[in-house]
Amino acid sequence: MKFKTFAAFVGPSVFMMLLFIAAPLVSVFIQSFQVTQPVLEQVEVETCTPGFLTQTCTTEIKTVPVLGEDGKTITETRWVGLESYRNVLQMDKFWEAVGNGSWNDIMQIDFWRALRFTLSFTLLTLPLVIGVGLAIALAVNNAARTIRGPVIFVSLLPFIITPVIGSLSIYWLFVGDGILTAMMERWTGTNISMFAQAWTIELLMYFYRVWHVAPFAFVIFYAGLQTVNMDTLESAVIDGASRWERLRHVIVPHLMPLIVFIALIHLMDCYRVFEEIVGFRSQAHVISLQWLTYDFMTPDDAGNRAISRASASAMLTMIGIVFLLVLPLRRTWRDHKGSAH
Amino acid sequence: MSTPKAMQQSFALRFSSGAFLAFWCILAAFPIFWIAVMSFKSPVDAFAASPLDVIFGPATRANGDGLSVPDIIIGLIVLFFAIRWAFTRLPGLVRRYCPPGYLVLGWVFGAVLYAVAFILIFFGLLPLVLGVLNSILGPLGTPVLGLTTEHYVAVWGENEFYRNFLNSMLVTAGVVTISLTVGTLAGYGLARSGSDLAFWLLILALVFRALPHSVLVAGYLPVFINSSEILRPIFGEGAPTLYGQPWAVIAVLVSINQPFTIWMLRSFFQNIPAELDEAARVDGCSHFQAFRRVIMPVMWPGVITTGLFSFLLGYNDFLVTSLLLDAQNQTMVPAIAGYFNRETTTTDQVEAVAAAVSITAPLFLLVMVFQRQIVSGLTAGAVKG
Repeated sequence: MKFKTFAAFVGPSVFMMLLFIAAPLVSVFIQSFQVTQPVLEQVEVETCTPGFLTQTCTTEIKTVPVLGEDGKTITETRWVGLESYRNVLQMDKFWEAVGNGSWNDIMQIDFWRALRFTLSFTLLTLPLVIGVGLAIALAVNNAARTIRGPVIFVSLLPFIITPVIGSLSIYWLFVGDGILTAMMERWTGTNISMFAQAWTIELLMYFYRVWHVAPFAFVIFYAGLQTVNMDTLESAVIDGASRWERLRHVIVPHLMPLIVFIALIHLMDCYRVFEEIVGFRSQAHVISLQWLTYDFMTPDDAGNRAISRASASAMLTMIGIVFLLVLPLRRTWRDHKGSAH
Repeated sequence: MSTPKAMQQSFALRFSSGAFLAFWCILAAFPIFWIAVMSFKSPVDAFAASPLDVIFGPATRANGDGLSVPDIIIGLIVLFFAIRWAFTRLPGLVRRYCPPGYLVLGWVFGAVLYAVAFILIFFGLLPLVLGVLNSILGPLGTPVLGLTTEHYVAVWGENEFYRNFLNSMLVTAGVVTISLTVGTLAGYGLARSGSDLAFWLLILALVFRALPHSVLVAGYLPVFINSSEILRPIFGEGAPTLYGQPWAVIAVLVSINQPFTIWMLRSFFQNIPAELDEAARVDGCSHFQAFRRVIMPVMWPGVITTGLFSFLLGYNDFLVTSLLLDAQNQTMVPAIAGYFNRETTTTDQVEAVAAAVSITAPLFLLVMVFQRQIVSGLTAGAVKG
């Protein structure tokens, strides 16, 4: 295919990605070094109150925003260097906490709290998703043909449901006197509230994510199982391999590219954990990096958005995903090199 | 086909794998099933501590809302035939009355017509008939299962959830159409070009897919809010403010979705032998004509699958729509967050549950109709790598 035709086909898509993905990235990068604030001026204001014989007047100096000709406040944008990053990272507090050896003090700082949760969330759910997905795929593959259709239908539901609604549906089972909390209270005889402390919320979040993503892993592994080479499997049987050995030495190696694929997608998606925090309303206890940026961007009570801080935390979030993806991307690159020649 | 003896499974293994599967199915369906049940009960029943109270709803029944035994039996029969006809009669009718070449449009039209007819019969005609029947039957006609639709009426009527529904439909339809148009072109180009540039574009797309959406929105937000000032030199006084506009959100979601779309469509195009378009080119077609006349007609399965995933992205998105749309243009998913703030009484909570179930219902239908496409689509994308 000539370059010109290639460009004509791919052009619109690349244009959109450059305009709406690459350009915002550049602007986020620039914004993270800038701060936009209203221009303030100090004016002398004389206020007089009626008094007996003469008025009592006081003069005071007030700081008010400068209004432009259209009556709106004038804003100015300054370069502040790394100040926004400093505000987000709060390194001085961080080092102080490290000096004290106090983990709790570090977790008082939003960014580090978010980073801790995002990383443990991503890395802890990864093996669970792969394990559960593989287990369901093997079980469905074992099941009779007639029940496979309905089972796949039911399995797809958690995957397809809107993430916010999915986490809400689990939230409602556990909230206050939710049906499962009531059941646990009856068993243990103690008063349980799942959403009052951080660790139970986190546990529910892990559960929700595995529930939500395991079907995706299942469908892909299930497809992979259909292509397992029967001859290899049979020769393994003849060589006396037990069921477990067959799984370990024949099936899992065959599924290895799919496991890498799922791990890659899972790393990307899990790192953006966000909807769980909205659904479980956990912002007081557990937050993630993406939620931190979202929180900076939502208008506060005065209607201001902390754009520069949001940009700084967005850049930091992005650096994190680059670190997570270096290894899988190098593998893809090596595969491409290998297949090209 | 008989399996060799060594490959046959012991009873213990088959039993445990079956038990595991049953456990998983309950786990997968329970939360969704349960909120669906809750949404039809009065608040006292919906948040009752005993599961039986939630299912049978004594407080709802005491209010006079409920189903009698004939209601349940006849309702289930109607439901059964409705689903069966959807899979047997409907495809036949669409095929017979649809002009050739407009099959997709015919399906959309047929499905909407069928849904409207179903709603009219099931929620309009059936209650009337059953009301008369129950009064004749006497004791047999008293309700045994508490059930009320008042929360749905409140959500869709009083709270004007239909506005959010229409916004959702607008955004989703826009995302699906534009994603597919732009994506099929790019996917075809990438699949047929073996150059290094194509490979680098794909890697770039992969990196773009990994970006958290909040990173991108941090870039849009200031530009969108100030866009009328930025665009004034180009468009003059009528320059639009992009913030709050559904079409701006569509463009953003399409772009976010592009990396995934082109990866998926590319793997579908690679499955179509290149000889097909080469033959068309020999017959005198240009690249674009070959793409339109020869390749697209065999690409429909891939396009439908990718469209489904674009639909899910547009429909399920919370972050982008909640930040870039203002209150009037809100789609369903961010709108439900508005219920949190009002959640002071249990009635509000049950209304939130009903809104959540309303959002889930179309997805449920989607899986029912397109299950095969979703599975084959996911696997085609993944197994080929």
